[in-house]
Amino acid sequence: MVPEMESGHIEEMEIEVLPSMWPEDIGTDAGKQFNVEKPKGDQDMLEEVTIIDDATIVDFKRLLELTNYTETGSSQLAYLVKHWEYKQANAVRLLREELDILSKQREEVELKKLEILEEHRFEEERYGGDKRPISILDEVYDLWQDVPRRKNDVIIQNKRVEIEAEYDTVVYWKQRAMHLEKLLEASIQREQILIEKLEESIKDLERQSSPVEELSQILKRADNFLHFVLQNAPVVIGHQDKELRYRFIYNHFPSLHEDDIIGRTDVEIFTGAGVKESQDFKREVLEKGLPAKREITFETELFGSKTFLIYVEPVFSKAGETIGINYMGMDVTDQVRKRERMAKLREEIAVQKAKETELNKTIHITEETMRAKQMLATMSHEIRSPLSGVVSMAEILSTTRVDQEQRQLLDCMLSSGDLVLQLINDILDLSKVESGVMKLEATKFRPRQVVKHVLQTAAASLQKILTLEGHVADDVPIEVIGDVLRIRQILTNLISNAIKFTHEGKVGINLYVVPDPSSVKGEGCHQKLTADESTFSENGRKEEKCLSTSRTTGDWKGTHGQRHIEGPCQNHPSSDEPRTPYKSKVSVDRDNEEQPHSPETKVWIRCDVYDTGIGIPENALPTLFKKYMQVSADHARKYGGTGLGLAICKQLVELMGGHLTVSSQEHCGSTFTFVLPYKVSTTSDNSDDPDELSDMADHNAATDEATERFFQFQPRTLGSLFSSNGSSRTNMGYTRSHKLNGFSDNSYSFPSNSVRSKETASVEEACSVVDDAETLRQPESSSSHSPDPANQDAVCRGKLCQDDTNSQFQNPIIDSTHHKEANREVVVAAKTREPQGTCQRQEKSDISSRCVSNSSTGVPKSTIKPKILLVEDNKTIVMVTQSMMKLLGHSIDVVNNGVEAVCAVQHHNYDLIFMDVCMPVMDGLQATRLIRSFEETGNWDAAVKAGIEQAVFLDSLQNDMGSTPSAKRMPIIAMTANALAESADECLANGMDSFVSKPVTLQKLKECLAKYLP
Amino acid sequence: MDAMSQLRRQLHEHTAYLRKEGFLDDQFEQLQKLQDENSPDFVVEVVSIFFEDSEKLLNNMARALEQKIVDFKQVDAHVHQFKGSSASIGAMRVKNVCIEFRNYCEAQNVEELFGCRCFRCIQKLQYEYALLKNQLEYLFRVEQQIRAAGG
Repeated sequence: MVPEMESGHIEEMEIEVLPSMWPEDIGTDAGKQFNVEKPKGDQDMLEEVTIIDDATIVDFKRLLELTNYTETGSSQLAYLVKHWEYKQANAVRLLREELDILSKQREEVELKKLEILEEHRFEEERYGGDKRPISILDEVYDLWQDVPRRKNDVIIQNKRVEIEAEYDTVVYWKQRAMHLEKLLEASIQREQILIEKLEESIKDLERQSSPVEELSQILKRADNFLHFVLQNAPVVIGHQDKELRYRFIYNHFPSLHEDDIIGRTDVEIFTGAGVKESQDFKREVLEKGLPAKREITFETELFGSKTFLIYVEPVFSKAGETIGINYMGMDVTDQVRKRERMAKLREEIAVQKAKETELNKTIHITEETMRAKQMLATMSHEIRSPLSGVVSMAEILSTTRVDQEQRQLLDCMLSSGDLVLQLINDILDLSKVESGVMKLEATKFRPRQVVKHVLQTAAASLQKILTLEGHVADDVPIEVIGDVLRIRQILTNLISNAIKFTHEGKVGINLYVVPDPSSVKGEGCHQKLTADESTFSENGRKEEKCLSTSRTTGDWKGTHGQRHIEGPCQNHPSSDEPRTPYKSKVSVDRDNEEQPHSPETKVWIRCDVYDTGIGIPENALPTLFKKYMQVSADHARKYGGTGLGLAICKQLVELMGGHLTVSSQEHCGSTFTFVLPYKVSTTSDNSDDPDELSDMADHNAATDEATERFFQFQPRTLGSLFSSNGSSRTNMGYTRSHKLNGFSDNSYSFPSNSVRSKETASVEEACSVVDDAETLRQPESSSSHSPDPANQDAVCRGKLCQDDTNSQFQNPIIDSTHHKEANREVVVAAKTREPQGTCQRQEKSDISSRCVSNSSTGVPKSTIKPKILLVEDNKTIVMVTQSMMKLLGHSIDVVNNGVEAVCAVQHHNYDLIFMDVCMPVMDGLQATRLIRSFEETGNWDAAVKAGIEQAVFLDSLQNDMGSTPSAKRMPIIAMTANALAESADECLANGMDSFVSKPVTLQKLKECLAKYLP
Repeated sequence: MDAMSQLRRQLHEHTAYLRKEGFLDDQFEQLQKLQDENSPDFVVEVVSIFFEDSEKLLNNMARALEQKIVDFKQVDAHVHQFKGSSASIGAMRVKNVCIEFRNYCEAQNVEELFGCRCFRCIQKLQYEYALLKNQLEYLFRVEQQIRAAGG
């Protein structure tokens, strides 16, 4: 009973004492925040736990004060006292009960005694009379009946005294008296014992432990529990007074002595970030009187960087005033760090997600765009196919017999068709440029020709009275390398734009060389050669001159000088004077420095497209080059168009490394200017196909383009555009005569550039010259087909010229080849070459009438019939070549592919082999290699390796020859239609001596025979 | 006699026309020069070989272009052949179309759009060839007539 009560009190007490110091949500057992195990006897479970006592630093005086003044303190004390009083009262009650029992027993005994006495008396009386008086004590007796049952355990000897003596005798009485005496004695004795017991009990009571001891034990146990629980908690518990001076602190990891803390404030104890904040926070709580929590990050020297969760609770006096605070701090650094990390992660995730969304959006948009573009491309493609059908049919139609009128209409149809095709190409181009797949081609082209073409095309479809003109400065090189299609596209775009917005006046193109905008010193190498003239404006021209002059080889110098003067620079007689000296210097120089020009010299050409049109308002300039933008809606209605043109132009120009600008004055006109870098190559590749520059039918431009510097297309009505072009035609006529010269001059320049491509290029061009000469005649002789003697002459001259060039340019080639071969001790008719060359030059000089005789002269008449092999798979070519050779007095063996050629060489020794390059089974290059390998090693191992079976009967033949390398090297001449520079190089690299381009002509064959058959 | 001169004039005009229109070039003249009393039909022989060859080549080209996956190398090889033979007889326009055609064939690897140009080219080539054949046959017919008339 007692322990139970005790524990109950403790519970209550503790609830009172430590209610809010403990975080409220800790207890899972509802309502009980602090549960202490009931101690069983001596067993104290905390005995085994070591409790470090020194963690608590207490200001005991303050504690006393607290107990006295604060409500919680006094109530705690009151409970203790109450408890004690209760226990005392209980003890007293128990003692009293005991005492009651004893006194009752005594009374009983006395009563018994009396009874006995009376009994005896009444017995006597009863015997005397039967009268039996009722005792007043009977009621008392009844009263005793009500004594509580529990007293039953008290043993009272209630036995009746038994006397053996005879009743009412003296003995009997004596005995009886004695007996009673004994009983009395026993009773007294019992009483004595009871009294002793009572005393003992009282003594016991006195001996019981004092309440303070008990209380302190309880307190100690609670304290121990607290210590046990808080043992490793990163918790600081403290009490501070009204001035925020520490009065109590519990810190499991004390780093300061008691003296350093008690009686001081936070600020006085340590310094650093967060200290002030915590102090302020505590003060705030103190002032408000409401408990609060806060996280404060400390950055102090004492314990480094730590974050504490601080709970501060005000402490009130009985009067309700705040007299201090209790606070508990918990180190939550790790949690905070984790939380921060979590937050960071969450943030990152959010960012990631945002990015992802963005990306998805972009992907979506891109896909959409791609799809749109794809669709656009597909559509354009779909439109192109039928359109190209229309255009090509029109083209074909134009090649049939049509009259002048129909031709003009057809031409218009073609140019319109081309325009639509161009537009579709524009759209495709734009999407290509934008998606970065646009590839630029580097082809050789003639800027003059491009300008002329563009203007011509524009003039053809011109519906207004406008003058179209083009000026090309002389310093613009005849040929440059660039993407001619794109450049034409840009020019056409700009011109058609200009025409569209111009109602009267003129539209034109100016082309001239400007210094490299990035490095003004770009042409230093040319300046070296032309020390006397060094202004930049003239550089381009100088460069060109250098190009042409420096190409000349030493032995051509004299002729060339002459030709040059009548050549491209004819228009500048003033520049003749200084040229001669410096040219000769160049020629001399050439022996020392083989190649004064790098093959890729850059030249910046500026192109102005000007008009006298409506101009562009200033505010429209910024958006001018934007896609689908037009100056205004009015303009769009009035002039139509997609608004794509300028955007494409700009993009293309920028793609090619240049820039496009515009200057304009409203109502006066606009000038679009683009500056582009071009490569000026001294090598002339690709000129195999002069037509690729122009459209198929545009041969008449080819020669004129070389140097023409001014084109004009006067306003004409549509119908009479071509026929009334008289002025320009006479101009052409004039230019042609010197153009041919200019051309041949040009062709001379080839050999010295590099070995590659000279022949084919010049031949093709020579052809085109002739074509040109003929086509040029057309308009004049259109009325009748009867040959005009003058024309014939011109054609003749053209042809002659061609022949000349052929013979001339081939010499240097052979020269170079033989210089190369000289080391290998090849004996070819090198001696005959020189005089022949001279001879041909002489031939050329009397240009007037050697057309026919040329073909018969110079053919060497050989006494022994040389063996000649033709390797060619094309039957037509075989037949033609065969008959040509026949005409030249040779019969030839013919085989159809490389394998057969090797076999043939195994059988016979040939004096000359004409070898086609492209052939089925085995091409000419490989066959040549095999033959050369045989010549060097004396066996056909290489051929066997290549899969050619050696005929058995050849063995003897081979033995005859012995296995020593054949002393004689078979001249092998490639016949190639594929006149690309690479294949020319390839031919030489594979051991061929020279090559002739297809179609083979009598002249070419003759030359070859002359060269290779002694 | 009158008919004869007319025929001659016809021949002359037609030859001039063929030259003018670019059907034929110098090379054809070369062929004509090769023709002598030893081989009076040389030009006709060569040209008929050319026709034979050309038709084969054109068929091959057309077939190659009809394939699902066009082997442009193959087409190019055919065009190359055609170019060679047409150049040898001086069929300039056919040769020029061949040159154009070859450019597209070469560019084919890079540009898918040139595919349709190839079709255009073969159309053109076929047309040019047919045209040339007609013209030449006409020419030969006139020549034959002249020869038949004892010219």
